[in-house]
Amino acid sequence: MNYLEFEKPLAEIEGKAEELRAMARADEGMDVTAEAAGLDQKAKAMLVDLYKKLTPWQKCQVARHPDRPHCKDYIEALFSEYTPLAGDRNFADDHAVMGGLARLGDTPVVVIGHEKGHDTKTRIERNFGMARPEGYRKAIRLMDLADRFNLPVITLVDTPGAYPGKGAEERGQSEAIARATEKCLQIGVPLISAVIGEGGSGGAVAFATANRVVMLEHSIYSVISPEGCASILWKDAEKMREAAEALRLTAQDLSKLGVIDRIVSEPVGGAQRDRATTIASVGKTLETLLADLKAKSRDDLVKERRSKFLQIGQTGLAA
Amino acid sequence: MNWISNYVRPRINSIFSRREVPENLWTKCPECGTMLFHRELTDNLNVCTNCDHHMAITPRERFKALFDGGAFAEVEVPAPVVDPLQFRDQKRYPDRMKAAQKGSGETEAMLVAQGEMGRTPVVAAAQDFSFMGGSMGMYVGNAIIAAAQRAVEAKAPLILFSAAGGARMQEGILSLMQMPRTTVAVEMLKEAGLPYIVVLTHPTTGGVTASYAMLGDVHIAEPNALICFAGPRVIEQTIREKLPEGFQRAEYLLDHGMLDRVTPRKDMREELITITRMLLGLSPAIKGDLPPPKPEQAEDGPQGTEEAPAEEPQDAVEPKTA
Repeated sequence: MNYLEFEKPLAEIEGKAEELRAMARADEGMDVTAEAAGLDQKAKAMLVDLYKKLTPWQKCQVARHPDRPHCKDYIEALFSEYTPLAGDRNFADDHAVMGGLARLGDTPVVVIGHEKGHDTKTRIERNFGMARPEGYRKAIRLMDLADRFNLPVITLVDTPGAYPGKGAEERGQSEAIARATEKCLQIGVPLISAVIGEGGSGGAVAFATANRVVMLEHSIYSVISPEGCASILWKDAEKMREAAEALRLTAQDLSKLGVIDRIVSEPVGGAQRDRATTIASVGKTLETLLADLKAKSRDDLVKERRSKFLQIGQTGLAA
Repeated sequence: MNWISNYVRPRINSIFSRREVPENLWTKCPECGTMLFHRELTDNLNVCTNCDHHMAITPRERFKALFDGGAFAEVEVPAPVVDPLQFRDQKRYPDRMKAAQKGSGETEAMLVAQGEMGRTPVVAAAQDFSFMGGSMGMYVGNAIIAAAQRAVEAKAPLILFSAAGGARMQEGILSLMQMPRTTVAVEMLKEAGLPYIVVLTHPTTGGVTASYAMLGDVHIAEPNALICFAGPRVIEQTIREKLPEGFQRAEYLLDHGMLDRVTPRKDMREELITITRMLLGLSPAIKGDLPPPKPEQAEDGPQGTEEAPAEEPQDAVEPKTA
């Protein structure tokens, strides 16, 4: 278990309970059952308490937790017959973006998502979930495919943002993001987006301009990272706590602002403590939303999606 | 009278007044250091007469140079919710807004106008970098949507001059949502079959580049404009590598296939007229500065009898053909 900075007191208690049990295993005569159970209970109460009132900055940390289920985990668990389709037909295949045909229940769909990787090797291979222009262009190609064959599109958003690199800029990062957003608005099939971790800026919008956008309870979605915002507006990257607060990047605030349609609850202690339950809840939500959108005509889907985004922001938080 | 009033006081006064004069009347070119007299600079559309460096120009000044006779009607932009997130960094967002409004005399970072350009009815929108870095929030989004709607009503092309540091952080996620919102506006123009021309000016970066600024039918940039998604400093910090000379400048983007043209400001109007008229299938335009459209023309101009421009100019234009 990787403990986050704010989980340290919890780590201590759980550590102590573990130590006691280890001692008991070594020394047969010792009975620690009651004491260890007491500690367990204390830890459990503390976990509930900690996660009940996470600050926005703590949510950022949970959203970026390395043990959180990532796109690949969702695809493996929720979809059958996943058949990856690679490449943008221009330059390369971007490994930061997974995509292909798959079935959600019985329904064939196109699934696209950012994959961050789970250890050093895969993280480097996946470029930490930061797509390059090829990734957006692959997504555009797959959305076109979906549109042509009338398949719903599911996108899983989990990216720190677009990759700030020389090559990415040279190959038209901006244009690729703009075109992907445009494609999201054009396709005449249901488009459902789930923010499962970090929804980082333009890289997220390019996939999440959807008919329905849902967020996991402790995921975030923002125009800029709190660190980036702090270094620009506070001239001090260490003010990320304040920035996270000011940016209103939590699922709860975004729901109040009408930017997202639904929040999917996470198990106590966050998705990283019970990956299977989290993945199952996301799956259930996707299936419900898809069933609801399937009946709509192509025209309605496009129109509804556009007017939804035109309407966003008509009321602020105060309202 | 005496030494003090005849000699000392005038000297003191002249020292102080001399200091004030250059600030008001002279501008130093940030590129070559030439001192430029204000009138000379304005006449040259804020382009250095010595080195052709393109300095910032306000939307109003730009529209005066763009529209025939400098005449245009502002298009109203629906006012968004004020400070939707109740955002506060070192200052409160409403205070930053007030300071920007006072400094620029404008309501927000974008101005939308309708008028004629070479007797071609057009809608134009221009972003104001001096207003909070031209940043895109709800207002800029509303402005682009209003501009697109007006263009569709008037069956006129939309010309958009971009200039921005990116999204307006003080509006958080709502500024990010302007990427899809403005893209919807571009879709409206495309569906109506109307030309959408983007003129990218210094600097156009971040979420602005990654939405409406890169979705034009034609992309023209001003010389040496910085155009990018992630800025050079961010990239240098990330890849820890020195970037090549001219990286992310207009000419570099032209070489990399992201732009159609790089055009000096003085030629921009003629070029926009030429391109829009060809895209609209109209006859070649009368070249040169045109007087403002006649009052009745101004009113129904936008609804645009398409032949009118070709017939009218003979009497109206003669004095100033270039």
